[in-house]
Amino acid sequence: MGFSKEQLLSRLQELQIDYSQYEHPVVLTVEAQAKYVGNLGGGLSKNLFLKDKKNRFYIVSALADTKVDLKVLSARLGLGKGGLRMAPEEALGEVLQVPLGCVTPFALVNESARHVSLLLDHGYKGQENCFFHPLSNDMSISLNVSGLDKFLKSIGRDPTYVDLEANPSIGKDLPPDLATLVPTGSTVYPDPSEKTTSLKCSKSTSNITPTTISAKTLKPSYNPQNAKDKLVKSENPSASITNVESYVEAILDKTSALLIKEITEETIKEHGGQLGTVVSNIIRSRLCSELNSTTMTFRNTAYTEGFHAGRHSNSRQTC
Amino acid sequence: MEKKEAEEQEPGQVVNPWTVSAKGGGKIDYDKLIDQFGCQRLDQSLIDRVERLTSRPPHVFLRRGVFFAHRDFNEILDAYERGDKFYLYTGRGPSSEALHLGHLIPFMFTKYLQDTFKVPLVIQLTDDEKCMWRNLSVEESQRLARENAKDIIACGFDITKTFIFSDFDYVGGAFYKNMVRVAKCVTYNKVVGIFGFSGEDHIGKVSFPPVQAVPSFPSSFPHLFNGKDHLRCLIPCAIDQDPYFRMTRDVAPRIGYHKPALIESSFFPALQGETGKMSASDPNSAIYVTDSGKDIKNKINRYAFSGGQDSIEKHRQLGANLEVDIPIKYLSFFLDDDLELENIKKEYGAGRMLTGEVKKRLIEVLTELVERHRQARAAVTDEMVDAFMAVRPLPSMFS
Repeated sequence: MGFSKEQLLSRLQELQIDYSQYEHPVVLTVEAQAKYVGNLGGGLSKNLFLKDKKNRFYIVSALADTKVDLKVLSARLGLGKGGLRMAPEEALGEVLQVPLGCVTPFALVNESARHVSLLLDHGYKGQENCFFHPLSNDMSISLNVSGLDKFLKSIGRDPTYVDLEANPSIGKDLPPDLATLVPTGSTVYPDPSEKTTSLKCSKSTSNITPTTISAKTLKPSYNPQNAKDKLVKSENPSASITNVESYVEAILDKTSALLIKEITEETIKEHGGQLGTVVSNIIRSRLCSELNSTTMTFRNTAYTEGFHAGRHSNSRQTC
Repeated sequence: MEKKEAEEQEPGQVVNPWTVSAKGGGKIDYDKLIDQFGCQRLDQSLIDRVERLTSRPPHVFLRRGVFFAHRDFNEILDAYERGDKFYLYTGRGPSSEALHLGHLIPFMFTKYLQDTFKVPLVIQLTDDEKCMWRNLSVEESQRLARENAKDIIACGFDITKTFIFSDFDYVGGAFYKNMVRVAKCVTYNKVVGIFGFSGEDHIGKVSFPPVQAVPSFPSSFPHLFNGKDHLRCLIPCAIDQDPYFRMTRDVAPRIGYHKPALIESSFFPALQGETGKMSASDPNSAIYVTDSGKDIKNKINRYAFSGGQDSIEKHRQLGANLEVDIPIKYLSFFLDDDLELENIKKEYGAGRMLTGEVKKRLIEVLTELVERHRQARAAVTDEMVDAFMAVRPLPSMFS
């Protein structure tokens, strides 16, 4: 079950993190929140819960005034153009275990959010304190960025601050500068709306089209019952490892990426007819250990599944 | 004949399963150690033979002399050449949850041996030992054993050829019978002599050594090796474990078993240098498998002891001291490409390459390693641990 607001607040107290809390009626948008805590000094935050095409999740937490361009972020993360979308509502409940309108860095305290990457606005550092929802929309807490850091470190996270407004020209000469923030545990939370596990078709159930993000990031109608219903346990992780199609897809992705990288006008000129052999050797040496490792995982996982199925099966009596 | 026991080592240098310290805070003298323990150097001819027999390049740890000593490894190879297989036995004392790279080394090498020779492997988790020596509760040491099992599994062992067991779970039956057989052959005085026990040590410690000895005998695992009483055993381990197996090899012929063969590694240096101690309480003395890319970068840049000179001019003039340089040492463990390593050593030693560049390369290598481990670890479930630890036959263990 997800962490509650009370549990979070007592955790903050245990960690001796200074914060102030403000109760108010439930708010779903930054504007609404501003009505209650906007005059207290400090920075209001807007928090976006995003997803990429490979079902990896991100929280982008920024000062309300910071302009966040999803296209730019997507390129900086190495996801190409339009690789980032708003995450579907169900994911809020399943992954972050918070209600609509309540995306907050504190949601990372939940086990289910283990693989969510967090990008924090470097602007937070310049503020005395910033406001976040403590896992519930009927309260805002304000704390200094050092308190946020302390909390994140206590849950094993490395706080990463980013200049979200920067727009470097990502290309051959300038690789994606935020690529290290892409989560590595990629197949743990398949989108429940996708029945097939093929990574190509990603149906977005979100109604929000991600153009330049203004303060309104959330659907106005909020049904608390829906959010609770969606708190189902995530799919069996081992099933996603032994899925043959995804496994093959991943291998082909890696091989293609290498091929595309190594076959360029330059290398064609350099090696001519030998390019095939050269690239083939590169692929072997570069991918060998990694593929051996992932395939051994595949083998061991499949065996484990069979082993447990065997253990739990009732042996038929045959006369 | 087995040579003199541990307590007769040169004063100053102490190497046993619970203490490793060099003479006067210097470096461990491995030649003296081999001499005193009575094991053999693993020379190039043996390495070449491994390459010939297995048709594969020898593991980087063999090429770089990380695994540098052995007992009867040549007999294992003789038997293998004749078509007689063997099995592998290694283990870990689960004293902490945090595993660092040094802990992974015997497992990485054992995996290579399993893949290359296509032989089965038993892995012993000595939770009872840690319970006794580190004064952990039984439950805590069992929990640590399972947690460590996950990191061990993440090293890439083949579940169809590997049996992991914890002492608290497995001791009993045929295993215990062998323990008693061994115990009857070792006098109290002898075990005190080998391990340095005193009158103040509790009897649990004194009776532990047979537990670590008997996995060397195939009859300890009837569900695996039924009827194969003459299967040989090869034990990859760090050289500080040698005393257990000296004792085992002494006892084996007396109870009608083959002596286990050993292949032994040197110690992995702490980030601060060979003379430094790797300590679980100092997270900056080692790279942990849970370290992020950022942590690794930080630790290497800040704490890895450098053999480079104080200033760039001096460095270009005199070159680096490769003997004490930790990044070079770590690269020799983990950088697979011999040519690249040679080149780095040459350029750095001559002062043409700077410490920063060497560290950068090391950070790349280690980050890749740790990342791959982390991914594999993430895929290890409790069910998988249960399966690895289940007492079950391994029908394809020699294929």
